[in-house]
Amino acid sequence: MSSRETILNRIRQALTDVPLAEAAQDVTVDRSYLRRHGERTPEQTAELLAENLADYRAVVHRCTNAELPARIASLLAAHGSRTVVAPAGVPARWLADSADVERVPEESTARQLDMVDTVVTGCALAIAETGTVVLDASPDQGLRRVTLVPDHHICVVRVPEQVVDSLPEALERLSPRRPLTWISGPSATSDIELDRVEGVHGPRTLEVVLVRG
Amino acid sequence: MSDATSFPQAARVSVRNAQLRGNLRHATHTIRAKRAKAVAELADWDRLRAAGAAIKDRTLRHLDDYLEQLETAVTAAGGTVHWAVDADEANRIVTRLVKATGETEVVKVKSMVTQEIGLNEALAAAGIRAYETDLAELIVQLGDDRPSHILVPAIHRNRTEIRDIFRRQMGRWGRPAPQDLSDSPAELAEAARLHLREKFLRAKVAVSGANFMVAETGTLVVVESEGNGRMCLTLPETLISVVGIEKTVPTWRDLEVFLQLLPRSSTAERMNPYTSTWTGTTDGDGPREFHLVLLDNGRTDALADQVGRQALRCIRCSACLNVCPVYERAGGHAYGSAYPGPIGAILTPQLRGTASALEASLPYASSLCGACYEVCPVAIDIPEVLVHLRERVAEGGSTTRDGARVTIKPAKGHAAERAAMRAARWAFEHPRALRAGERLAARTRRAHPARLPGLSWSASRDLPTVPPEPFRDWWQRTHGGEEAK
Repeated sequence: MSSRETILNRIRQALTDVPLAEAAQDVTVDRSYLRRHGERTPEQTAELLAENLADYRAVVHRCTNAELPARIASLLAAHGSRTVVAPAGVPARWLADSADVERVPEESTARQLDMVDTVVTGCALAIAETGTVVLDASPDQGLRRVTLVPDHHICVVRVPEQVVDSLPEALERLSPRRPLTWISGPSATSDIELDRVEGVHGPRTLEVVLVRG
Repeated sequence: MSDATSFPQAARVSVRNAQLRGNLRHATHTIRAKRAKAVAELADWDRLRAAGAAIKDRTLRHLDDYLEQLETAVTAAGGTVHWAVDADEANRIVTRLVKATGETEVVKVKSMVTQEIGLNEALAAAGIRAYETDLAELIVQLGDDRPSHILVPAIHRNRTEIRDIFRRQMGRWGRPAPQDLSDSPAELAEAARLHLREKFLRAKVAVSGANFMVAETGTLVVVESEGNGRMCLTLPETLISVVGIEKTVPTWRDLEVFLQLLPRSSTAERMNPYTSTWTGTTDGDGPREFHLVLLDNGRTDALADQVGRQALRCIRCSACLNVCPVYERAGGHAYGSAYPGPIGAILTPQLRGTASALEASLPYASSLCGACYEVCPVAIDIPEVLVHLRERVAEGGSTTRDGARVTIKPAKGHAAERAAMRAARWAFEHPRALRAGERLAARTRRAHPARLPGLSWSASRDLPTVPPEPFRDWWQRTHGGEEAK
């Protein structure tokens, strides 16, 4: 008998107390928990997102769509970035004011990306209640390694259309077939005497730009 | 992996370690307070908790169907599914898969299950070096040590010890620590970043566990903080995930419950810094090959126990450790397995059986105060299972080992306890004798020893003194003739 059969048989023997007629759906799951924790206007939801992002040490910026190229250029300059990687689907306009910064192709190896100062991406959506941005590897977010290896990540969120209130609202808008990365603040560890240190392996600086219009 | 030392023996050593006790006290109390605050933010916590328990029960009662569904979905998405009855088989499968790549080293995401099966040792025996990449696991590995807490495995080490370990050992494993490394956590984390980055960039094979597996879609979920998980799940060409069969959840939507319960209950965060989900393989992004090893290793035996099976709901948040007065004093090592604390006290004896001294003693590693049940995000009634397992250890009886029904004998060390229980039963059934005994005890109380010779329970505790007058006599004297209300 294969190990597969052994394990499945053991499970069936272990569950002799479960009536044969019982279907999985017969085991009741009460889903009366809240869809979202509070009723908010879109403005309030965006405000909560900003608050919660900042609470977990992401740096939050706000601007209009027209101001975005200048804002990104100033963030790159402030960080001293000389090289930047932006996935193919990132609108050319976003980096229009950053001509002095060298563009590195998305297909670079991890070792090459390790030399890159900054990555600029969009996102799939953002969750206000938890202060999370979710990437789903769409063309404006790119391969997973692109947002992982560089030390500085600028993530653009379109407000209000990309912002949801809660985790249940996020899951139903995301596709499990795509590889997802949920980011809530920069990487962190509390492994040494529970002292929180921001930035271990992922980007140590996460800047989120909330863009309107 | 089984440790022959019983819990009381091991705990006797650790309770004398003042450093360990100080660290544990600080850690458990800090996380406990933060967790309470994070949980209080959600008005519907109790409903989420009930839903989490119900979803896990649904899964466990139909686990065979869900595993088959999971296998189909993972395979359809380009992954390969393997089944391992026990630790040896899982280790053989992983070793074979690594060897097939021609590589002699792997990077690892923190995973309790690979610790349970002793994977690193098995790989080492086959000439494969496994690098732990979680900061705490790195500290443990470099210090040739064992984890002591589910969430913060190096909690028994302070910053100076960690600096010394890094200075002494990093060079032997790869990029050395700077000679002037201080003991500030930020500098230590930076040293770990540089040391491990070299390994991430070079790694061709990664080994992970998973927090959840979605049967409906074949999606695996890893929840983490540092980004070492993302590195391992994204950069190598081959990914091997070893996951206990009980980590299954039926649907994608079910994650809306667990991704709220786990971070708040574990690290006391609204959401942990990084969560990765993946379904099979994705062209051009991440590993080209994905293997899922589904592990039994005693889980189906636990499933056969209608009281004990609730332990399989566990999502490894470690909240029960942080509220446990026994864990706080004894530390994680005394539990002798990958699973310390209250959850370990009910999980380990079920996964391994209660034949040896350690496993037989674990159900007693509790004062039954119930704090663990209260904080459990999936409502595992740990005290209920502890009492159930105590009964099995003391009285023997029918249980399941390796898929077969067996009858176990009462454990030897518990003869005195059984005799005491029988005597107590007799005394309560014979009130006249009980009264006489109590009066005798009161009159002779000065002659009583403060400790019982030969009983380990009293080695670190004084016996309560016997009052000068039995309660019944006192009641009769002061409330003579009144009905007790």
